[in-house]
Amino acid sequence: MIINHPLLGPRDAQEFTYLGDAALIDRPDWQGEDAQSRFYEYLYLRDNPAGTHRELWFHEGGDRSWLVVTRNTVSHEILQVELARDVARAKGRSK
Amino acid sequence: MSQTHRLTGGQIDSSRVLNFTFDGRAFQGHPGDTLASALMANGVRLMGRSFKYHRPRGVLSAGSEEPNALVELRGGARQEPNTRATVAELFEGLSARSQNRWPSLAFDAMAINDRFSNFLTAGFYYKTFMWPAAFWEKLYEPIIRRAAGLGSISLQDDPDGYDKGFLHCDLLIIGAGPAGLAAALTAGRAGAQVILADEDFAPGGRLNAETLTLGDATGAEWAAATLAELSGLPNVRLMTRTTVIGAFDHGIYGAVERVSDHLATPAAGQPRQILWRIYSRRALLCAGAIERPIAFENNDRPGVMLAGAMRAYANRWAATPAHKVAVFTNNDDGHKTAVDLLAKGVQVAAVIDTRKDAPRIADCELLAGAEVTDTRGRLGLKFVSVRLADGSERMLECGALGVSGGWNPNVHLTCHQRGRPVWNDQISAFVPGKDTPPGLTVAGAATGAFSTAAALSGGSKAAAAALCDIGIKARAIPMPRAEDAPVSLMPFWYVPGGKGRAWLDQQNDVTVKDVKLAHQENFRSVEHLKRYTTLGMATDQGKTSNMGGLAIMAELAGKTIPQVGTTIFRPPYTPVAMGALAGRAVGRDFHPTRLTPSHKWASEQGAVFVEVGNWLRAQWFPRPGETHWRQSVDREVLATRKSVGICDVTTLGKIDVQGTDAAEFLNKVYANGFAKLPVGKTRYGLMLREDGMAMDDGTTARLAEHHFVMTTTTANAVSVYRHLEFVRQCLWPDLDVQLISTTEAWAQYAVAGPNSRALLQKVVDPQFDISNEAFPFMACAEITVCGGLRARLFRISFSGELAFEIAVPTRYGDAMIRRLMQVGAAYDVVPYGTEALGVMRIEKGHAAGNELNGTTTALNLGMGRMVSKKKDSIGSVLSEREGLNAPDALMQVGLRPVDETQPITAGGHLMRRGDAANAANDQGYVTSVAYSPCLGHSIGLGFLKGGGDRQGEIMQLVSPVTGTNVEVEIVSPHFIDPEGERLRA
Amino acid sequence: MRYSGLRVIKEALTGHKGWKPVWRDPEPQPHYDIVIIGGGGHGLAAAYYLAREFGQKKIAVVEKGWIGGGNVGRNTTIIRSNYLLDGNEPFYEFSLKLWEGLEQDFNYNAMVSQRGILNLIHTDAQRDAFTRRGNAMILNGADAELLSADQVRAEYPFLNFDNARFPIKGGLAQRRGGTVRHDAVAWGYARGADSRGVDIIQNCEVTGFRMENGRCLGVETSRGFIGAGKVGCAVAGSSGRLMAKAGMRLPIESHVLQAFVSEGLKPVMPGVITFGAGHFYCSQSDKGGLVFGGDIDGYNSYAQRGNLPTVEDVCASGIALIPALGRVRLLRMWGGLMDMSMDGSPIIDRTDIDGLYFNGGWCYGGFKATPASGFAFAHLLATDRPHKTATAYRFDRFRRGYMIDEKGVGAQPNLH
Repeated sequence: MIINHPLLGPRDAQEFTYLGDAALIDRPDWQGEDAQSRFYEYLYLRDNPAGTHRELWFHEGGDRSWLVVTRNTVSHEILQVELARDVARAKGRSK
Repeated sequence: MSQTHRLTGGQIDSSRVLNFTFDGRAFQGHPGDTLASALMANGVRLMGRSFKYHRPRGVLSAGSEEPNALVELRGGARQEPNTRATVAELFEGLSARSQNRWPSLAFDAMAINDRFSNFLTAGFYYKTFMWPAAFWEKLYEPIIRRAAGLGSISLQDDPDGYDKGFLHCDLLIIGAGPAGLAAALTAGRAGAQVILADEDFAPGGRLNAETLTLGDATGAEWAAATLAELSGLPNVRLMTRTTVIGAFDHGIYGAVERVSDHLATPAAGQPRQILWRIYSRRALLCAGAIERPIAFENNDRPGVMLAGAMRAYANRWAATPAHKVAVFTNNDDGHKTAVDLLAKGVQVAAVIDTRKDAPRIADCELLAGAEVTDTRGRLGLKFVSVRLADGSERMLECGALGVSGGWNPNVHLTCHQRGRPVWNDQISAFVPGKDTPPGLTVAGAATGAFSTAAALSGGSKAAAAALCDIGIKARAIPMPRAEDAPVSLMPFWYVPGGKGRAWLDQQNDVTVKDVKLAHQENFRSVEHLKRYTTLGMATDQGKTSNMGGLAIMAELAGKTIPQVGTTIFRPPYTPVAMGALAGRAVGRDFHPTRLTPSHKWASEQGAVFVEVGNWLRAQWFPRPGETHWRQSVDREVLATRKSVGICDVTTLGKIDVQGTDAAEFLNKVYANGFAKLPVGKTRYGLMLREDGMAMDDGTTARLAEHHFVMTTTTANAVSVYRHLEFVRQCLWPDLDVQLISTTEAWAQYAVAGPNSRALLQKVVDPQFDISNEAFPFMACAEITVCGGLRARLFRISFSGELAFEIAVPTRYGDAMIRRLMQVGAAYDVVPYGTEALGVMRIEKGHAAGNELNGTTTALNLGMGRMVSKKKDSIGSVLSEREGLNAPDALMQVGLRPVDETQPITAGGHLMRRGDAANAANDQGYVTSVAYSPCLGHSIGLGFLKGGGDRQGEIMQLVSPVTGTNVEVEIVSPHFIDPEGERLRA
Repeated sequence: MRYSGLRVIKEALTGHKGWKPVWRDPEPQPHYDIVIIGGGGHGLAAAYYLAREFGQKKIAVVEKGWIGGGNVGRNTTIIRSNYLLDGNEPFYEFSLKLWEGLEQDFNYNAMVSQRGILNLIHTDAQRDAFTRRGNAMILNGADAELLSADQVRAEYPFLNFDNARFPIKGGLAQRRGGTVRHDAVAWGYARGADSRGVDIIQNCEVTGFRMENGRCLGVETSRGFIGAGKVGCAVAGSSGRLMAKAGMRLPIESHVLQAFVSEGLKPVMPGVITFGAGHFYCSQSDKGGLVFGGDIDGYNSYAQRGNLPTVEDVCASGIALIPALGRVRLLRMWGGLMDMSMDGSPIIDRTDIDGLYFNGGWCYGGFKATPASGFAFAHLLATDRPHKTATAYRFDRFRRGYMIDEKGVGAQPNLH
């Protein structure tokens, strides 16, 4: 596969390490109500779609960016690649 | 006279002779020959034996689709089983042997199977060999295994090398037949970056095999002229002997170039083969078509072959399988074989055409509306029986029969991403569907356009279209005039009516009857048919046989062929040597080897090294007279504890953490607090995974307000760094913190033992006070050594002794160890390796990889209180789950043998005294053991249920797999200096 | 119809006219007591044991395509019970014992071949871990044997002992491990179930569940509604897709695992061998092909195909271990959907929806579990209680913190 890195252009997927669903960005509030239950759902449950999937890849053999890759899990077509940091900020994550 | 079956002409260099042997017999051929063509020219028809019935077999095809003529090529360590004689290029000295026969090819004792074929039908083995149960492994299976298999491997190490390479292009053209050549010319002239790959050593495809005219030239002449032009274009890379094996994601193709297989041995420095990964913007499949046979009784005798192959041998290689041949066809194309062989002076007994209205094309007898019903000839064809249109039988004498049932477009690569071909009624064959791999289009016979003119124009147009698609201006170019006969086909799959066997899959011995039996037993889906009968599962993957099986199943099931479906085509297109896929990453180069800065020095000391991940670390440093590793290790431990020892700890991961939020960041990634760590101090940190399990541990030093240096374990250096970046970029993206791995940037040495300070004072520059008062336990500082070399000093201890770790830039690592050893001579300094390191950390009760095994929590490790509940850190919430906090949770304990002469076994399980040794009574297990030279007996660390309160308990340590069972006492894991007085000294 | 050598001879002499369909192709009935979704190994085995052991009468197996077309038809055929953890070892040992009597039980030769499996040891720490594992196996009633490097060399002299990047320091052997002719497992269970009245309905895709008041009443299929007292799902890599139709999110991701077979060779490999330093496992089929595999590709996928880097890694590992493989040709590779769970261990449990049961999360080790998985699932479906060897395979173990994590890598499915 080829991942079109937003900063570096097309790179072979072999340069990257895969983590999983980009929902792993949405780490719950540790002091929130029912935190343990929310952390359980956050860490363990997956949509696991057959189709469009937003997922985290780390450019380990490259610039060490975490990327959010939007990829079709049936065709492997990649629709979008973003810096995970941008995605996290857009979701309201900060410090 | 040799080469009794050599004709005139052809694309061989008959001026030069190549000597070769087959089953020990010497033959001659010429450059341009394949092993199959050369054997054929020498009158050899029998080249192999089938898999199951050991039937005599000759060549069926003239290409890589060959199921029958498989040989063991070469000898010794280069022996290559199952090599297709049809694609093995002849070279001087080639030696080949027939395979899967005993004692000889002409007399194969295993052919007894053929006599019992009626008992050995599809799937017979599923129904028997069940009694008695133990006989399967002891009797039945060994017999079956010995009879099965094809060729054999040498079991010696492959002496040849394989390379890998990466190529990029605008357009990859797969196949250099008429369509591929036309495409390459079009794209090449348009200036695009083009790769033209063909599995053959002579590009041209069917142009080399047919007697065609393109304009005023023969097909071969046009191909040669086109190749000449292409080789003059710098933007075109022509790759012969290169098979495109698979279409992978995003326009990436795998291709194997056989660099040296046409040579006796690779030239010096040359690889045998190269695996190319081709990154294409567009690809064009011009893979042509594969002829399909017609099944009839005993259609597998040597001499029965595909009609197109027969004329390919005559036209390209000037060889004929027999001096008198016949043709059996259901289409006009088959007649060309008769025409071409007649032109070469070969007798053609007749053309047998299943069509009543068959045209007379060749100047020989035509039997229209007739069918071949049987053949004779034990080791080679002698007669064919023909049922004439009027129902009468006639015997034809001939030594070879060319068979044509039409052609199947070679759609293989179009299906590699699970695309499905679609049925075309006009040619009664599958053609590429719309769901080809993205970026891949198809031209020529591979689309079902079988005429030469259609191939040429189709190739040119498709190339132009593919380039326009990526913004490269290109247009189709004029092509020479060529044959343009329309092709229409009434399929004819098998000759009905006989009682004998008609072969579909010749290698795996699958007959029409087997398909019928599969249907009868409800193995009716294509995949069931394939798996039950083994149809299409041989080394040719059914390239010539699958369609016949499908057609018969369709007929039996009362369905159309497309309703029955197709099996899935998967990579590789043809079998690939595993060596090519592995490349250079074999032997000692399987993984890279990482060496520490002291490696050269340690080698000079005679160190024994051990693999730690990709690192090599000194395990111990034997001295003269030491005959057992324990002697060395005990000495290193005792010397360190007595005076001072030095160990290279460079392999520990080092991560530089800087920024105004660096402390806050560390607070989030470590379970314990770091925000209040003073500058100039180091702290042990325990890192959890989000699931609450211990992930890694290490010390982190605060060098400045906004500057920390973290260490990780050797094993987790990479994964911890990745995790930290995840936390930084994905979870708290606005923290002002930057990370960089500096593992390779610093050489780091542990200097441990009562005299470690004294030793270091000899290298640390005098302005830095490292006395206990100025530089207490857990202090850290940036200093200089040896007169100005910048260094970092940490007062941390893994051994439990007064100890330091000193880091210098890597390039000074070698000099540093030499200097430390030199100045340490006064204190009898010893270097110590990972074994002594391990002994001392077990004596001290420190957890390491065996304890941090990914299933242990802070609580298990005796560090439950370290997990701060006052802050948000990774893993803290889920570490509170009930399963991680059971009252009888495993706790780390120390173990000592009751009888001090007994060793403790790592991996042993703990049982209460008197309990039976079984899983129900399992109380825990031993993770690490060592012989403690300080205590004079074996010691261990382990995890025990409720272990925190069980000190003093005597338990059984059982290890049935090593046959040991000893009594142990549960003790504190801190065997040495539990109060930590030494390390604060 | 009973299969035997005599029957084969009799049929051969009478034109093979007497062979009956191995399973029927019945039309679906409007209602069954139990409907199992998924005609793979686990689903067919569950149906077989429901009929054979638990006296259930009205059972159907509905299959989207053709039976045995999932992972039971695409795997590296290995059976073993060399697990470490209490939650797993008794279950896999139960499975191995079922394998040992399976062929006589269902009267079909699935070529259960106890050729032995050998896990190689490359470091001292690995030896410690394998010692612990071997002991756990023996304490659970399984067999295990720790071999020295010399003992390994005696059995596999062609491994790379002399020029290896990661030297072989020994091995953990399980002599009762081995291989099974994988397709035959599906067919044998299908035949056994069918002959006990189970309806096996192929080409019948489940498109949804019919629910009422939190209870599952049956399945909507491409062949109409099929009512059911209980519905059991055993669809491996399609678990996510299927259970989403019931509104469930699972602790499972679907990944692609590639597996490989070489051209046929005369016998070279005595048993199953696994190479942990590079992740490569290999055996030789009775037909002669080397059957081998390695790691999953590592990204979520439903594509049933993988990519070159993994192929290259697996072959490099293979040759690093067995240098003579360089000239062996890879014949065919395929990719299967793996239901990778969050701790690497499976789930056989009720769901929160009454009447809906789940079996999945087998990662890429489900084949060896087929008999026990079928048995335990049948037990659960018939009695509403987990089988005694499968009590740990519950959904709530993640919520409660009782993971069964053999590899110790945590909640990252692609590492299991």
